[in-house]
Amino acid sequence: MSLKKVSKEQPDKFKFSDENLDLAKKVVSNYPTGKKKSAVMALLYLAQKQNNNWIPLAAMKYIAKYLEISYINVYEVATFYSMYNLAPVGKYFIQICTTTPCMIRGAYKLVDVCKKNISEKENELSGNKNCSWTEVECLGACISAPMAQINDDYYEDLNTKQFESIVKDILKDKKPKAGSYRGRVNSEPEKNRQTLLENKNA
Amino acid sequence: MLEDKDRIFKNLYNDLGADLESAKKRGDWSNTKEICSKGQDWIIEEVKKSELRGRGGAGFPTGLKWSFAPKKVGTKPHYLVINADESEPGTCKDRDILRFEPHKLIEGCLIASYAVNAHKCYIYLRGEYYNEGAKLQSAIDEAYKANLIGKNSSGTGWELDIYIHYGAGAYICGEETALLESIEGNKGQPRLKPPFPALVGLYGCPTIINNVETIAVVPTILRKGSNWFASLGKPKNTGTKIFCISGNVNSPCNVEEEMGIKLKDLIEKHAGGVVGGWDNLQAVIPGGSSMPMLSKEISENITMDFDSLVENKSGLGTAGVIVINKDQDIIKCMARIARFYKHESCGQCTPCREGSGWMWRILERMAKGEASKDEVNMLSDVTKQIEGHTICAFGEGSAWPVQGLLRHFKKEIIERNNFDPLVKDNKNIPYLIDQHMLEEDIKNVKG
Repeated sequence: MSLKKVSKEQPDKFKFSDENLDLAKKVVSNYPTGKKKSAVMALLYLAQKQNNNWIPLAAMKYIAKYLEISYINVYEVATFYSMYNLAPVGKYFIQICTTTPCMIRGAYKLVDVCKKNISEKENELSGNKNCSWTEVECLGACISAPMAQINDDYYEDLNTKQFESIVKDILKDKKPKAGSYRGRVNSEPEKNRQTLLENKNA
Repeated sequence: MLEDKDRIFKNLYNDLGADLESAKKRGDWSNTKEICSKGQDWIIEEVKKSELRGRGGAGFPTGLKWSFAPKKVGTKPHYLVINADESEPGTCKDRDILRFEPHKLIEGCLIASYAVNAHKCYIYLRGEYYNEGAKLQSAIDEAYKANLIGKNSSGTGWELDIYIHYGAGAYICGEETALLESIEGNKGQPRLKPPFPALVGLYGCPTIINNVETIAVVPTILRKGSNWFASLGKPKNTGTKIFCISGNVNSPCNVEEEMGIKLKDLIEKHAGGVVGGWDNLQAVIPGGSSMPMLSKEISENITMDFDSLVENKSGLGTAGVIVINKDQDIIKCMARIARFYKHESCGQCTPCREGSGWMWRILERMAKGEASKDEVNMLSDVTKQIEGHTICAFGEGSAWPVQGLLRHFKKEIIERNNFDPLVKDNKNIPYLIDQHMLEEDIKNVKG
């Protein structure tokens, strides 16, 4: 269970955009009749996307009404899962994996870069308010450690210098390319690949 | 070393393209109709004969699991659920299947759905894999368009719909019943078993839950025959497996290898060896963070399969190999894993909710040398109080790595934390009280 702080400043109202209403309808149709509740996670994502990457309480109330479930049902889901942001985050939201496989390859050096360039504390907006960072648990790209996720994209095989330049670009509202920063191809060994060589040369 | 012709995931590194056309060139979807026409019993029997064991961590025989689904559909529909909530530290194999071999997974979904009488399949994907999800969705769309799945899937007459359900960053949802709760729109807290999901699962209906890799290898097994698959590896530990080798190695990578390959070969041949040479090896976590670590001595000769690792008090788990060399502080490494479990405990069972944080706090102090010598035994006791006393296997998953540390590095811990307990005069402390919590009280008394 993760500790989640709900923002003190909350908008009064929330409504899905027309586009999201269509998507919501489609999501609900993925589940059997009478099981609308299953769509709650997907709808929370839609709300988060629509509202600058965080979910206000008004959106939870709105989703509860939409799915005909109680507000507390939505609230307990939103507070249980760590990917729902209940307070504003930056337009660029950096998540650094610091679990052991990343840690032993230098993930905390990336944390230091964030502390120096973005904000001293996690989940605090940068000076120009466009970026925030947080430490997260395993992101499932252990062979590409150390790595970070910026919004939806994975930045892999990083070193301090490269990551610092990524962060500086982001602060200037420029999004650098995602993927491996050692130029390796996907999850193959960087040197001396032993398998599927015929395909490689095909 | 496994020969390339026996590798199932030919596109593991995306040399060939993940789209339908390229996948068909590799043999996917080539005779799905023919396979299904041999009947449900034949499919389940072949999977049983291949001795395929689940690739998600527990290693339960897949054919046996499928045979638990009721043979006839009663009043309730059946479901197939794919567990793609890959979150075990050290594991990133399913990610490559999702993005580079999605058609193997989708074809497997069709065959498995047919075998267990399911018309709906949900793929529970971890929320962070947003881009992988987009790739999987486009592969699903391709399959619908080519009538490979849908109303009359691949001409089999079987109706199948596949949906992706995104998780949202909860490790516990990789536990199968927590995953079902999550799909139902609840917080992901595991259910008591029995009843098992095969009879009472998603929405109270019979549900078969399998890992991505398990399902993705099924079409190839049926195509090449159960004998072929069973001829690889060792008895009861057959076939191939994607290993993820991370940590202090020169070339971390994913590689598909035969079950029962020597751990040393995996590290030296495929991952470029330990950073600083084999002698610089400190310990290896063989199967994702939940599995107890192995010492260098054991790592020297051990083979990577379910049974030989269990013999050495560890497990194959997800086959996420984390290599830790002597440049790392082993206690700190395990303290970080304990923090992971503290963060991810769902909070349902007290031993896990309280114990996971407790182990983390003790280990953090041990890493700094601030624990007393009594606490080594206390830590061991805490792990024993968690293990076996929780609803799901998360309890074991959090306790085992700590037990592994105590098994192999007790001496190091004691050397670093060799002082008397803070509370010396009052030995009459109630059982299972965290000593450092009493520090404050003592300070208050002494003023």
